[in-house]
Amino acid sequence: MSKRVFYFLGVLLVLGVLLAACGGSAQTSSNPQAVQTVVVTVESNASSGYGTTLKAVKERGYLICGVNAQLPGFGYVDKEGNYKGFDVDYCHAVAAAIFGDPSKVEFRPLTAKERFTALQTGEIDVLIRNTTWTLTRDTELGTNFAPTTFYDGQGIMVRKDSGIKTLEDLQGAKICVATGTTTELNLADQMAARGIDYTPVVFETADQVFGAYEEGRCDAVTTDKSGLVSRRSTLKNPADHVILDVTLSKEPLGPVVRQGDDQWFDIIKWVVFATFTGEEMGINSQNVDEIKAKTDDPNVKKFLGLEGEMGQKLGLSDDWAYNIIKYVGNYAEIYNRNLGPDTPFDLPRGLNSCWKDGGLLYAPPIR
Amino acid sequence: MKETTIPFWRDERVLQWIAQIIFLIVVVASGAYLYHNMMTALAQRGLLPSFHFLKLTAGFDIGEHLIPYSRNDTYGRALLVGILNTIEVSFLGIIFATILGIIIGVMRLSQNWLLNKIASVYIEIIRNVPLLVLLVFWYTGVFLQFPRLKEAKILPGPTYVSNRGVAMPWGKPTETWHIYLYVLALGLILAAIVWWRLTLIGKRTGRMPLVTVWSTLTFLGVALLGWIGITLIYHQAPLALDRPELKGLRTVGGLELTPEFLALLSGLVFYTAAFIAEVVRAGIQSVSKGQVEAARALGLNGFQTLRLVVFPQALRVIVPPMTSQYLNLTKNSSLAVFIGFPDLYSVAGTIHNQTGRAVEVTILMMAVYLSFSLMTSVFMNWYNKKIRLVER
Repeated sequence: MSKRVFYFLGVLLVLGVLLAACGGSAQTSSNPQAVQTVVVTVESNASSGYGTTLKAVKERGYLICGVNAQLPGFGYVDKEGNYKGFDVDYCHAVAAAIFGDPSKVEFRPLTAKERFTALQTGEIDVLIRNTTWTLTRDTELGTNFAPTTFYDGQGIMVRKDSGIKTLEDLQGAKICVATGTTTELNLADQMAARGIDYTPVVFETADQVFGAYEEGRCDAVTTDKSGLVSRRSTLKNPADHVILDVTLSKEPLGPVVRQGDDQWFDIIKWVVFATFTGEEMGINSQNVDEIKAKTDDPNVKKFLGLEGEMGQKLGLSDDWAYNIIKYVGNYAEIYNRNLGPDTPFDLPRGLNSCWKDGGLLYAPPIR
Repeated sequence: MKETTIPFWRDERVLQWIAQIIFLIVVVASGAYLYHNMMTALAQRGLLPSFHFLKLTAGFDIGEHLIPYSRNDTYGRALLVGILNTIEVSFLGIIFATILGIIIGVMRLSQNWLLNKIASVYIEIIRNVPLLVLLVFWYTGVFLQFPRLKEAKILPGPTYVSNRGVAMPWGKPTETWHIYLYVLALGLILAAIVWWRLTLIGKRTGRMPLVTVWSTLTFLGVALLGWIGITLIYHQAPLALDRPELKGLRTVGGLELTPEFLALLSGLVFYTAAFIAEVVRAGIQSVSKGQVEAARALGLNGFQTLRLVVFPQALRVIVPPMTSQYLNLTKNSSLAVFIGFPDLYSVAGTIHNQTGRAVEVTILMMAVYLSFSLMTSVFMNWYNKKIRLVER
């Protein structure tokens, strides 16, 4: 009998120790000082913290890029099964800057809802999936936004024969929208501000949203204007649909990274700036070799890695920008290839022009 | 003193204890590690668990809500809207699936060749197709294929059937509605009294009257008399008929059932009914043939045999698996997200995405589904206890 009591006490003791350990760990997380030390010990194997992402990508040998797989022009899978699009090209640009080889990318198709979790948990290295930069996302979601690659605005598409011309005509309408987007929130805000009574019909993926719209479930469908143009081209009869001449919001779209690794954040930022700079300097994939051989301009020399060791400051090789321009192209090339006059979308450059042409694309100096 | 000579490492009781302690340590340590890992990861991103976000303005609209809701309400209320939508569809789904399931289960046992084959084919097809496929079929293949609202089919009522769903006339509470509620309560009490008295009489005389039928009739009688009485006294019926009418882009008034809701309900009902039918069939077949023959020998007719001999025994076999079908239906309702119905999972998903609070939202969601399931279980266990074999 006494033995039994003894073992029972033993169990209690073990339990007590474990509980204390649990309590201890809970305490550490509420104490910022302690969190610091915990973070340091974890950093070595988790992909967060200065320099860890680049190291992990280089060790792995390829970049993992979160993209859209359902938005022609930005991120989609073509008939041969390859990822294509404006955002996809930026993934290639990052790979070119790191490896000198734009093909070293693995794409992860993500829905609007999945994307931030995928980034937060380290499933992807960078998210380039027509993602709008907002304050909440920049702070509470634990993410950082690289410079905007595409300035967009939210629009609304309706059937031509519906006779809808303005937002006010949408009184009582059903509007199809994708969940987990800023679009969903802007729509609610704008309609509340104008006192328009509407019903949202919310789906997970763009295919579902536009599928339901096409079947006539909704009077209107809303997303970024570029998205509307892109998706309209996939509808059965694109000419039957018209995009209203209203803009509901500002939608700056760009690449996103996890907070906590400033070096990686810098790399993504400067990859974007390199594409801007290429256009600004008139350097493209066709003439880059020629310019590199002949140039005397110190700015071009710094850009193409002939002077100043700019790449090393980012933890890359000095020809990082050369590789981007050579293998992927400058901003104008990326834009025209995916969204320009030769594509079904033929989107005017508008705000997405170089600052010299009156647009918003402006890169800080590379020096 | 000398009798405990076995060394403790060979004492089976001690070894059992040690094994259990090790097992406990492993479980607790794994749990603690996972918890610690989660907290560290969240702390790194500045996302320590907090339910404060439930008090913030949601900022998004929800298409269907049983309680008033707008974008200005909180995330907490948005979640409540989702919970109520899930309860609505699960509750109706359970009722309809049970009715349909019993009909098909009985059909399956029918001597009629045609009925029997129809039931078999139904069960074999529906049971072997994934629910998600059924839902998508109901949604895009059936409800979205109805004509546009402008060319809607107008059934008597008027009931508009279009790819915007079904809008039908519905009762709208008037000023006398709250008085009528008292009448209904009175009806319930009277029905309960009738039930109790008839059961007593049945036990005393050994001839059980149709208890359910009589008490239902009592309730309906009181309800009808109350309706007439109130209408005569106040010159206003408790409910006024609210007819839908076409106004601009939509129908106004009446009851509107969206294609999403109808598709989800149909999918869940037809799918679960196939399983319930099999449960019912198994239950009925579990009653041995001798019981039926004995009942017939005693002079009971077909209906009496079913009511007094077969069903009471079959029910004991039916209820436990039926409980798990009900639980399945409730949990399966989370597939609503694929056809755009704003159930709990869908709304919680949106909240998760807008706030980035993955862990908190998931915990809340698990807690809610768990409590739905536990409540259903508790009720079904109580019912199971009530009908179990009383051995004398």
